[in-house]
Amino acid sequence: MLGLTITQWLFGILSFLAIMFALMVVFTRNPVNSVLYLVLTFFCIAGHYILLNAQFLAVVHIVVYAGAIMVLFLFIIMLMNLNPDAEPRKHIVTRIIAGVIGGVLLFVMVGALKGAEQLQIVQGGPSQIGLVKNLGKVLFSEFLFPFEIASILLLAALVGAIMIGKRDTNTNDKDIINQ
Amino acid sequence: MIHLLIYKAVICVAVFLLALGVAAYATLWERKFAAFLQDRKGPNRAGKWGLLQPLADGGKMFMKEEIIPNVSNRSLFILGPSLFMVTAVMTSAVIPWGKPLMFHGKLYDLQITDINIGVIYLLGVVSIGVYGIMIGGWASNNKFALLGAVRASSQMISYEIAMGIALIALIISSGGSLSLKDIIEGQDKGVCNFVWQPLGFLIFFICALAETNRAPFDLPECETELVGGYHTEYSSMKLGLFLFAEYINMFISSAIMAGFYFGGYNFPFAHELYEAFGWAEGSFAISLFGFGVYFIKIFLFICLFMWIRWTLPRFRYDQLMNLGWKTLLPLSLFNLALTVVVEYFRGTIHF
Repeated sequence: MLGLTITQWLFGILSFLAIMFALMVVFTRNPVNSVLYLVLTFFCIAGHYILLNAQFLAVVHIVVYAGAIMVLFLFIIMLMNLNPDAEPRKHIVTRIIAGVIGGVLLFVMVGALKGAEQLQIVQGGPSQIGLVKNLGKVLFSEFLFPFEIASILLLAALVGAIMIGKRDTNTNDKDIINQ
Repeated sequence: MIHLLIYKAVICVAVFLLALGVAAYATLWERKFAAFLQDRKGPNRAGKWGLLQPLADGGKMFMKEEIIPNVSNRSLFILGPSLFMVTAVMTSAVIPWGKPLMFHGKLYDLQITDINIGVIYLLGVVSIGVYGIMIGGWASNNKFALLGAVRASSQMISYEIAMGIALIALIISSGGSLSLKDIIEGQDKGVCNFVWQPLGFLIFFICALAETNRAPFDLPECETELVGGYHTEYSSMKLGLFLFAEYINMFISSAIMAGFYFGGYNFPFAHELYEAFGWAEGSFAISLFGFGVYFIKIFLFICLFMWIRWTLPRFRYDQLMNLGWKTLLPLSLFNLALTVVVEYFRGTIHF
């Protein structure tokens, strides 16, 4: 088929869908739809992981991002009851500044990617690094230190979240209502 | 290649029909079981012993008028129940239903696919399942439905954590494979995993009750507070899909518990029995017998689910959250630590 292998076809279709859904996240007016399109984008990216023979990463990606984080996003957006009337109208100056900054970012990206086509992509056989066993061995030997640092970072974030979410014991409920 | 396609197509259709059929008759059995516990007769008019009742119920659901509220988000309103049903059926893809079957000199697994991350796949599909309820509840544009959806999703997220940690302990003690087939085959000789994971099983069982939204965890559809919960605005077969998916979830989680902790299609003295009957490895009789044994285990678990539903009253919402976060989560972490110590002395893991 047009001289492309099945993997290349899948890569093309998944990339197209991922970019399309990512654009839909930005362009839809309804925030709930945005979140749902973002979930679809995550699924496309999980498909890319499977193409790279990293099934473990693909499923963990879905469990963590689509299954936990985006559910909480959806949760908050549903409870906030956002509608177009309550949408804050941005001042014209803010919009112009945002446009300029976005343009500059695009410029930098184009500059950074220029010449990328000259890089040689090393394409070995199907990589086995994404399988659970190999990943575990590498994580707990070669990359043990970064792995532990990342877990401490997560722990710190967890403690921080609990501290923020915890009700202040000094002020009782009556004070909160009075404020 | 064509053989593989036909085999996969046949087994997909078979598992799909099995899940739907069992779920349909589970609705009848639930009503019969409730009647038995309450000293009634239960449905007995449609066919012998009410055996045609599920067909009658299904027919009624399809015939009913379909109402889509005009203030709802139409496409998401339809997407909700569909998604819930799809995710309910998707979990059945990785469960091995019996010993491999010899057919024309080739062994065929009685499993749709044996992926090496089966356990995480299950957790992933379960975590996606909550979207069906959330989308359906929000798209109804009804406060009761929204509250039901929020309750359902927070309940499912809370109990997923304890469930995942209980599964980690199970994987450690069953030899470290994430494939469901390896876990069940590992119980072929020796004892079933329940012997090494009694506490883990208890945690998993409670979490399975919460994940399937069964009583005493059916707060998302608590009639006394929320009318019908997340499916308040649904009618006709869309309501049917929500109710039906609950029974599929119950069937699949029973199958998972029977497989993970009670050996699945393995049973004590299986090899002695096969030898006594003279059945060869991979023969039709072994597969069928194993499947029958698995099915009896699943049936007992479904009965346990129903027994609990018709015995225990519903939790209060704060009790539910306290149980999930303050009891089950520490308990599952304790179980994990205990498992590591026990397995170290058993010699399964090395440092």
